[in-house]
Amino acid sequence: MAHDTHDYHIDIPGTTVFDGKMAMKGYALNKMCYGFNKAENREAFKADPEGWMEKYGLNDEQKQAIRNSDILGMIAAGGNIYYLAKLAGIFQLSVQDVGGLQTGRTTEEFQEFLKSQA
Amino acid sequence: MAKVLGGITTSHIPAVGNAIQKELYDDPYWKPFFDGYPKVHAWIKEHKPDYVVNIYNDHGLGFFLDQMPTFAIGAAQEYRNEDEGWGLPSLDPFPGAPELSWHIIESMVADEFDITSCQELAVDHGFVVPMQLFWPGAPNNPDMPRAVPISANTVQHPIPTLKRALDFGKALGKALRSFPEDAKIVILGTGGLSHQLDGERAGFINKEFDQYCLENIVSNPEELTKISRMELVEKAGAQGTEFLMWMMMRGALGDDVTEITRNYHIPISNTAAGTLLLECAA
Ligand SMILES: [Fe+2]
Repeated sequence: MAHDTHDYHIDIPGTTVFDGKMAMKGYALNKMCYGFNKAENREAFKADPEGWMEKYGLNDEQKQAIRNSDILGMIAAGGNIYYLAKLAGIFQLSVQDVGGLQTGRTTEEFQEFLKSQA
Repeated sequence: MAKVLGGITTSHIPAVGNAIQKELYDDPYWKPFFDGYPKVHAWIKEHKPDYVVNIYNDHGLGFFLDQMPTFAIGAAQEYRNEDEGWGLPSLDPFPGAPELSWHIIESMVADEFDITSCQELAVDHGFVVPMQLFWPGAPNNPDMPRAVPISANTVQHPIPTLKRALDFGKALGKALRSFPEDAKIVILGTGGLSHQLDGERAGFINKEFDQYCLENIVSNPEELTKISRMELVEKAGAQGTEFLMWMMMRGALGDDVTEITRNYHIPISNTAAGTLLLECAA
């Protein structure tokens, strides 16, 4: 039954619909990333990533995805791309870098893929 | 009574702010995008709106998941664009128009749109980039109108339906036209068009669907209300749901509009960039 999982959406391959279920799952991770709007929090994370992740109560799946720079893993663990973009900024990654990482392409290949749809 | 001059839509990609700062207007990558704006500048110079209602979607600066308003309306004296996490320099604050904000809020709630009012609201690239595109040097442009920001949720599902967005716009238009001041108002709808930043489908762009939306939003926006939200995610991409801002803008213009200019270009950053200027019948 739909109400067991509160799924209100269709399956779109390669796409996670960030709904209530995902928002609850990823709350700690997204809250930490929202904190990266502030420079002092970015510096604190850089100085001690493990301590900072602990402070926000990230679960093991979320911590491991961050340790591995595994964007798809972060999304599966409830991360929302708008908040994750602030984490990506700490690592100086552009949205094309992030796109490449998720699709198994180099950044240049990802940019070519974007152009190919013109 | 106030008059709604028209509406302008544009993508609000963060990289645009950077390109403006570096003045990359003639750079081969950026030129086809920036070529979409001179006609908008001329129109703004000619009509000189007194107020701008800027409909955008916050991306995790003004709001977090702890409290996520579906529709939020700014009611502040000024709006600051704070650091979004990338350490970019902030602009000077944008002057607000709280008397117009509260008029809109009163009118919307009377029309049964239960909005969230915000006496403080940090505005992100969704609000700022279009201002910079339309009023070069914003907010330090002598023609800079006072602003009312309206943000709709596209971060977390459930997001509003396309019909609700269009209906919101209709109620907004009614609110603006009943503002008891002899003022000229322009409405912005920012974001889109098709793009997806996340997942294995990252980089998805859908030219055919964008063209369908561009065609219909001018002359037949009701047709677009048949698109379900999940269909919008599927066809416009996960972040292409920002098209809701265009629907809100369109609803406020009324039935009779004239298309002044249009631009569409793939890609800017990860996005199919679209710009449209619609003028309301006098
Ligand atoms: Fe956006």
